[in-house]
Order: sequence, then structure tokens, then C-alpha cells
Amino acid sequence: MIGLSAHLGSFHSHGRTSITDVTDELPTFAEIFETLTFQAGFNTNMVVLGTTLLGLAAGVVGVFALLRKRSLVADAISHATLPGICIAFLAAVVLGHEGRSIPILLTGATLSGIAGVLCIHAIVRCTRLHEDAAIGIVLSVFFGAGVVLLTYIQKNASAGSAGLDHFITGQAATMVTQDAVVMVSIAGVCLLLVVLLFKEFSLVCFNESFARATGWSVSLLDLIMMALVILVTVAGLQAVGLILVVAMLILPPVSARFWTDRLWLLVLLSGLIGASSGYLGSSVSALLPRKPAGAVIVLAAGVLFVISMLGAPARGVLASLVRRLSLNMRIASEHLLEAAYEQEGRPIPGDQIRGLARLRAWPLWTLPLMKLTLNRKGYLASVTAEGWRLTPAGLARGAQVSRNHRLWEQYLVSYADIAPSHVDWSVDQVEHVLTPELVAELEHELRMRGIEVGAS
Amino acid sequence: MTATVHSKPRRRQGEVVIARPEHSKESPLSVHAMTVAYNKKPVLWDVDYDAPANQLIAIVGPNGAGKSTFIKACLGLVPSASGQVEFWGDVYKRARPRIGYVPQRESVDWDFPVSALDVVCMGRYRKIGWCRPVTRKHKRAAIECLDRVGMASLAKRQISQLSGGQQQRVFLARALAQESDLYFMDEPFAGVDAATERAIVDVLRDLRASGKTVIVVHHDLQTVPEYFDHVILLNMRVVASGEVADVFTQENLQRTYGGRLTLLSEASEAIAQAASGRR
Amino acid sequence: MITFDIGADLFPLIACTLAAICCGLLGNFLVLRKQSLMGDAISHSVLPGLVLAFLVAAEINPSVMFAGAALAGLATVVLIEAVKKVGNVEPGAAMGVVFSIMFALGVLLIEQAAARNIDLDASCVLYGQPESLAWFSAPPSFGDLFAWRTIGEMPRQVMTLLAMTLLSVIFISVFFKELRIAAFDPALATSLGFSATLLHYALMIAVAGATVASFEAVGSILVIAMLVCPAASARLVSDRLLPQILWSVAFAIASGVVGYFAAIAVPAMFDRDAVSIAGSMTVVAGLLFAFTAVASPTQGVLARAFRQRKLARLVALEDLLATIYRRDEQGVGAAPAAQAEVSLQSHRLQSVLRLARKRSLVTGELGSLALTNDGRRVAERLVRKHRLWEDYLVRKAGVAPDHVHESAERLEHFAPAPSDGPEKDPHGKPIP
Repeated sequence: MIGLSAHLGSFHSHGRTSITDVTDELPTFAEIFETLTFQAGFNTNMVVLGTTLLGLAAGVVGVFALLRKRSLVADAISHATLPGICIAFLAAVVLGHEGRSIPILLTGATLSGIAGVLCIHAIVRCTRLHEDAAIGIVLSVFFGAGVVLLTYIQKNASAGSAGLDHFITGQAATMVTQDAVVMVSIAGVCLLLVVLLFKEFSLVCFNESFARATGWSVSLLDLIMMALVILVTVAGLQAVGLILVVAMLILPPVSARFWTDRLWLLVLLSGLIGASSGYLGSSVSALLPRKPAGAVIVLAAGVLFVISMLGAPARGVLASLVRRLSLNMRIASEHLLEAAYEQEGRPIPGDQIRGLARLRAWPLWTLPLMKLTLNRKGYLASVTAEGWRLTPAGLARGAQVSRNHRLWEQYLVSYADIAPSHVDWSVDQVEHVLTPELVAELEHELRMRGIEVGAS
Repeated sequence: MTATVHSKPRRRQGEVVIARPEHSKESPLSVHAMTVAYNKKPVLWDVDYDAPANQLIAIVGPNGAGKSTFIKACLGLVPSASGQVEFWGDVYKRARPRIGYVPQRESVDWDFPVSALDVVCMGRYRKIGWCRPVTRKHKRAAIECLDRVGMASLAKRQISQLSGGQQQRVFLARALAQESDLYFMDEPFAGVDAATERAIVDVLRDLRASGKTVIVVHHDLQTVPEYFDHVILLNMRVVASGEVADVFTQENLQRTYGGRLTLLSEASEAIAQAASGRR
Repeated sequence: MITFDIGADLFPLIACTLAAICCGLLGNFLVLRKQSLMGDAISHSVLPGLVLAFLVAAEINPSVMFAGAALAGLATVVLIEAVKKVGNVEPGAAMGVVFSIMFALGVLLIEQAAARNIDLDASCVLYGQPESLAWFSAPPSFGDLFAWRTIGEMPRQVMTLLAMTLLSVIFISVFFKELRIAAFDPALATSLGFSATLLHYALMIAVAGATVASFEAVGSILVIAMLVCPAASARLVSDRLLPQILWSVAFAIASGVVGYFAAIAVPAMFDRDAVSIAGSMTVVAGLLFAFTAVASPTQGVLARAFRQRKLARLVALEDLLATIYRRDEQGVGAAPAAQAEVSLQSHRLQSVLRLARKRSLVTGELGSLALTNDGRRVAERLVRKHRLWEDYLVRKAGVAPDHVHESAERLEHFAPAPSDGPEKDPHGKPIP
């Protein structure tokens, strides 16, 4: 594992990787407060500010990379920067400049990132291979070339070569004011372009062929989008490292997507999540010993991702589980209502309920939940030894469900020839989700075919 | 689009409509000797077609007959191997503002984070131009278009929460928002509910009444005579085209759908093979 | 320049090559299933597994670490599926989410291990430094290698790689048809009773195993490269699966061997120290891919351009012959219009004429060209095809007679003629 070995190498050569790593003790509250409020010394402030802005820019740009389904192209780009960095270093040394000058190195990184994108494009265009293989090839071959150059530099160009490997896993502590200024300007450029081209980007991401047909230059817009991705990647190399910078582009938008269905809100939230993971990550890294900033920032974003995926009310896993369960409960309880209606209002004995549960494959533990559902809607009158007794409202609902069921069956039978797309809807499901408008339409269609449906 | 006129571009649009008699001499779409190949394999052979103005035109043919390809080639979305396409006697680039497009519903990811209104506004992006935001004025116009397809009440709904038919109507509304004179619609009736089908037909008739031309890829033979004036029977080449009453005959349909053209598709295969060097 | 020292080079070279073969074999199915990046994801995410296993065992225990890494690899696959399905996230992004979090976790864990004064660095287990596989008690000559001692002194890393390579070969040969069908059509595979999901997981476990086995010798970037590059190159050489797999093995071996020596020999030419062997192998694999993409005889960019040219020349030649034939048929003397009618640029016409003379299809000079007997036969066949096609297009396809010429013009060169036809074409000309 090259990335790992390089990192370990740096660990051993520097002894510590976090900014204020002087002891193994936990920080005091005063220290935490100072770091979080930008009062912990100039260097720490620059790092925290820089990574926060990086997170913001990456989050905003990442949304469009995600929606254009190009997230992993960013991975290839970040790996592809390594040979550029090394070549820039060698060229600078040959030309007699200071090899470690950050602007020179980042220029090299940008150029080889662009070369990587072009190679992916060429492979997809000129061969039968798909994008995944193209990304894999560019990512590994460019990175391999970078490693070759890196080992060459480390073994042969002894002077001033230390620190190039920081670009692999990142070294936020080495950031200086100049780098923070670079971050500010890159974040500014990204935000400005995203605001200006918001509608163009969203159009291309949503419906490329329509964009083309209405005369937008899709390739130009894609180019601008990729340029922004390269910009953010290069900006993040120093702080987060080239292996993890892709996380800054992917995690915030994916997390934000769980919270909202509005694009502008998605962009806003994603920027916010990116910024807060940058802020939290670099602060933790500054406060605790042996917490490399890049990894902590990504883990902070990862924690936000897990929270979002599980807990977001709009598309989160828990929320949709609850929704599915409550739909199942509704369907199950309506089956019960239907059964009660068919028994003309006599209470349903417990045995029959269990039988019904077996038939419909409900787990028995759902019975109390079902009781609760029925109770809440005011359908359940009482539960006695005799069985469950329903209220008149419950029976009326049962009648309605039973009628929907028969209507739908009738529809399937009489329209079997022209409704093939609907046949796979299970009868059991459909009757519970029919809206009043759909029921009216069903009645209309059946009457058109001369089938008597009766009054509702 | 005849509804309220707000903006400058709209007024210019109005003038175009007034100037229509002058244009009506020219066919809104004329295709000459167009051949289209996918991966070197020809899917459309030597198509010639002149669309009559102010008509509802159906493109009908079996699966794989090149119906969608025909539309896409007219719009420059797939390169044609040879032939010319002209709109009102002009090249596509200049005529583009007057052309509207409804792609197939399956062509996009409906889980995309936008609302129905946002999608309809996309129809106006070209008029708004680079880098300018969507103003309230454009949103109002978009809502009017949604209203015309009976969807104004669902404007704020996220598109994944719409039914298939409603999604199709959103696409139609977006094309209306383009305020074009010629519309291409790719399978707008595919898999829609009855209410949507009625809504689409109403819109098509509205468009015809206001002097537009609409070219629709259609798959349901039964409804062709009821919905359309003009029909193109397509199966790798134009089998017949003209007034529905003249052309939509049993014999022509047999020729379009009959399996007698296996030789032509074998020939396509042979050309693809030769071009990729496997002859 | 290239020197081979059994002690210093034998086992490192074997290890590198075995890792390349093992990954290259499995990569075929990743590339075919459009999952090349799973290798990328897995090789990044085994890191926390390795470190945790290290922390648990508190020493370098190969089997514990292997288990830890394999578990982490499997967890990655499961987690990616979960994020994709449950979270409704796009596949590429789901991969990115999982592997970047896992990798970050790994980096953090290493720092913690270092804090406990456990020296991860001292061991070359994680590093992938093939140089460390040097054999200090190596026999002086190749002849002495054929002894039991050689096997006994084989480093554990080489043994592991050998075992993993054998396992991959067995896995692929036993499940060849299942893997093929699952790669081609997962739904069909499942309906035939080979669960595509199960095969997917089996393949992923194999990839995780190969990744872990290769780690010890060569490191992650080589794993990613070898999972994609040889298979991708092979895909450009062969259209069939079995030859493709064999080609991928050949490419893998070539990258391994050439890369190994290049890492040492190329810098040595300039009096420099050796560079990273893994990196050099990756670069060689990339160069091989670039070469294949350009020069593959079936799929290469050059070959396709050449075929296009050849085809165009053939078409032009046939057009020339047909033009002369039609001119003769109409009895319009030796019209100098041949050039215009064939509508070729003059330099193309010259080259076509040369070709025609070489095949002795025509005689005479431009302006007074005449067909030889051979030429007449070819031209006759062509004109016959052309007119049969015109007839077919008009009678069967319902194309207007004044439109069929262009289509028939294309068809006559490529497609076999319709089998039967009348005596005359739609324009009233006789069909030869």
C-alpha cells in the first residue's frame, strides 16, 4: 500500500502530524473554545478557515458531479495529479527554482489532472471499454507513474524533496496564509460560477438531450463542471491528500440528498455539510494528538453521512422504514376491515385474525400495532374474548375497500388486453392505494364497457 | 403559445405568428435523402419527407423502425450519415428557437431533485440566456403552461412523486413553454393514463388551432385516425406518408409491419460488418 | 544492463508476476461487468481491516491480518450494496462513500497504533516492498534451484500469492460458464438457477483475497492497475472470453516482468537508484494498454482507420469498374467523363487506377479506359447487384423509383444481392 507506506514514512520522520500535538492529554475547554472560535493562534486559524472553505466549495461543486453521475471521475482526477506534482517539482529544480513552491506544484497538479480527464474521454470514445474501466486505468496508471517519479525524487534528488508525499494523505498543518488565500479564491470562484450557471448545470444534469436540442453547448458546460472539480481537487490536495479529497466531493452531496428534493437547497445543504466537516475535522485534528486532518475531516463527513442516511426525514432509511411499516399496517388493517364487513359486522374472533395473518404473511408481532392503527382511526370499538368488534365507521371503510377490490378485479378481467402494464400490480396492494379520482375513473371505464358497478 | 404576452421575446414570437402566411408556403420540416447509422449500421435509409404546416402528424411503425431516430436526427441529436434537413427552408441552427422537443420519458432520471415547475422552466432557459436567473415572470409563464396540461396544482411537487402520466404532462408543458412553431414529441402517449391521454390530445388540438405543427412518434394504431391529420409510415425507410385518410390503409400497414423487409435489415447488418472490418 | 541475481531478484520477481496474474485473471470479469472500480474500492477499504487485525493480534500475524482484510473487503461489498439499495444512491457515488470512509478510518487507526508504540513501519507486510523478499541463502546457479530446498525457503508472501493465484485459476475454470453468463446477462443467469448475486459475492471475495495476498508484496496501486489494465487491453485484442482471459494473463506477465526490470535498469542507465517496482509495473501495464488501444489488429485505432481507407478504396474501385461498364453498355464511346462520374478527387483516382491495373481489371489510360475480361466480370456482378437492389427497393420496400439509386449504390458494395428478380430494373435497364 503505497499511500499507507508514504504516510507512515511521514509519521516516522515528523513524529507527529497534528497541529498542536504537544501532549497526549485531552484538550481543556478553553482550548476547544479557542480553536472553534478562531482564537487558537494564527496558524491553526488558517488551517481551520482553509479547510472549512474547501469543504464549502467541494460540497457545492460535488452536487453537480453527483447529479451528472461523474463522482468517480473526481477520484481519477485526484490520483492523476501526482505525476504532475512530481514533474513540476523536477522541472522547477532543473530551472533553478525552489522545488517545493506550492503554486508551481499545484499548476503541475492541475495540468496532469486535465490530462487524466482527457485520457478518460479518449478511452471511452476510441475503444469499446466503458467509463468504469477508463477511470480505473487512468487512476492507477497515473498514480503509478507518480509513485515512480516520487521514489525517483526521494532517492535521487535529495535536496528539498521532503514533503512531496504529503500530497498523498495530506498534511493540513503545513498550510500557511498563502494557502488559505488560495482556498478563499478557489471557493469564491466555485461559488460564483455555480451561482451564475446554476440553471445551465441543472438542465444538463437532468436532461442532456433536451439541453442539446435547445441549443446549449453541453460539452462546454461539462468542461466548466470538470474544471471546477479539478480546481477543488487541487485545492484539497494539501489539506486532505489526493486519496481522500474525492470524499469531500462525494460525501456532502450524497448526505444532503437524503434531506431534500429541492436543488438549490441541496446545493446549500451540501456546501454546509462540507464546510462543517472541514471545520470540525480540522478543529479536532488541531486539538487532539495524532489525528491527521484529512482523515478526521473525511470521518466527520462520514458521520454526517451516516446520520443523514439513517435519520433524514425526507429520504432517510428510518423514515422510509416507518412509512413502509405504516402502509403495511394500513393494508393489513384494511384487510381486517374487509373481513369484518364480509361477516356483516360480527366481531372477528382471534383465531380468524391469526388465520388471516398466516394467509397474508403478517408477522404476529404486528397485531398490537394493527390494533393501535385501527383504534387511532376510530374503527375499533372493543376487543373482547369474543374477538375484535368494529365501529360503524370501520364497517363503512370495510365496505369501501371491498368494493375497490372488486372494481379492480373487474377492471383487470375486462381490460386484460389493454392494461398489461397494470396487471403486475398486485390486487392486494392496489385496492388500498386507489385515490378517489382513480376509483371514479375505474367506475367510468367499467361503465363504458357495459359492466354494472353499482353505487358506491 | 397564445396566452398572455409579457416579455420582449414573447412579442417577437407574436410577430412570427402574424407573419405566418408568408412562411406557410414553406414546409416547416423538409428532409431530403437522410440516412442515419448507429455504430455504422444504417437504421434509416434515404428518408425523404416534407411536413405540411399546421397539421398533427403521426410517425407510425414497428419497434426498431427508426421512429425516434428520425426525430433525433432532425434535431441533430444523432449524426446523420448523409442527407439534408431544413426547417422553413432554413438550417437547423437558425430555426432552433422555433422548434420544441418532448423527449421520451425514460430518457431522464425522475429521481432528480427538481419540482414540476423547475422542469417546465427549463423550456424557457434558452430565452433567458446564459447566466441569468429565472425570474418570477418566467415562472408565471411556466405555471400557465402547467395549467394548460391540467397540472398547475402540482407545480411544487417533486417530479419523482408524480405518476407516469403526470410526468409526461410536465414534459409536454415544458415544450409548451418553449413557445415554438414546430414540435417533436417522442412517444408522449406511451404508458399514460386515460386522463393524461385526453389532456395531451386537447393540447395537440390547441396547438393546431394556433397554427403550430406537431410531429408525434406514436405507437397506438387504433387512435391514429382519431388524433392525427397526417401520418408517416416508417420502417427503416418511409413506406408511405400523407393524409391519414389516404395513407392509413390496411395495405400500407401491412407493408410497414409485415416481415417482408428482412432483406433490408440483413443488408444493414452486412454494411455494419463490412465497416467494422469483419467482412 | 539487465542483471539477474537469484538471491535479490528471483522471489521479488515471482511475487510481482503472481500478483499481476492473479489480479489480471479476476479483472476480466470486473471489466466485463462494468465493475472495474470495485477493485479500487476494495483495495482502499481493506486498510482498516489490516490495522484492526494488527491491533487485535498485537503482532504481525499473517493469518489474522489476512482474515481482517478479507472481512473488511467483504464488508465493503456489502456496505456498497446497502448504500446503493437502501439509501438509493447512485452506484459510483455509493462506492466513493464507502471506500473513502473506510480508508480514512484506516489512516486514523494507523496513527493510533503508532501511539501505542507498535511499530507498523518495521514490517514490510503492509508496504508491498518486493525488495524485501530477497533470498539470502540463494544457490549460486539456476541449476541448483531444482531442489526441495527452494520450495522450503520460499517466502510466505510468495506462497500466499501462489495459493491465491491457483485458487483464482480454479475458481474461474470451475465457474467459467456461470461467470460468463452472469457477466453477459445477470437476469438470465439468475433465471437459469445460477444466482447472479451469489456469483457477484464469490467474485468479490476472490478479488478481496487477491488484493490482500498481493498487498504484502506489491501494494494497492498495483492491485488496482492489474485488476483493470490487463483485462482492458485483452478486451481490445479478442472478442471471445477464453482468448481474452489468456491474453490478459499474457499482458499481466509482461507488465510484471518488464516493469520489474525497468524499475531497476532504466534508472541505472542514468546512474540513478532504482524506483518503485510497483509503480513501474503499473506504468508498463498502462503503456501496454495504450499500445493495444492504438495498434490492436481488430480494435485498434490504427487498424480501424486503415480498414476504413481500404474499404473506401475498394468501393471507389468498384464504382470505377461499374461506371466504365455502364458507359460501354450505353455505347457512349470512350467518354473522358469517367473521372467526373466516379466523383473522386484526382489523387484518389490515381491510386484507384493503380489498384485496378495491378489486379489487371482495366487497360488503357484515363479517358480511354477499357475493362479486361476479369474487370468485366466484376463490373457485371456489381451492376447486377445494383439493379436487383433497385428492383427490391421499389417492389418490396415501396421506395419511389427516382430514389432508389443512392440506396442501391451503397448496398451493391456490401450486401448480397436479393436472390431473384425480373429481367429489367425499375429504370428499364436490363439486369445482367
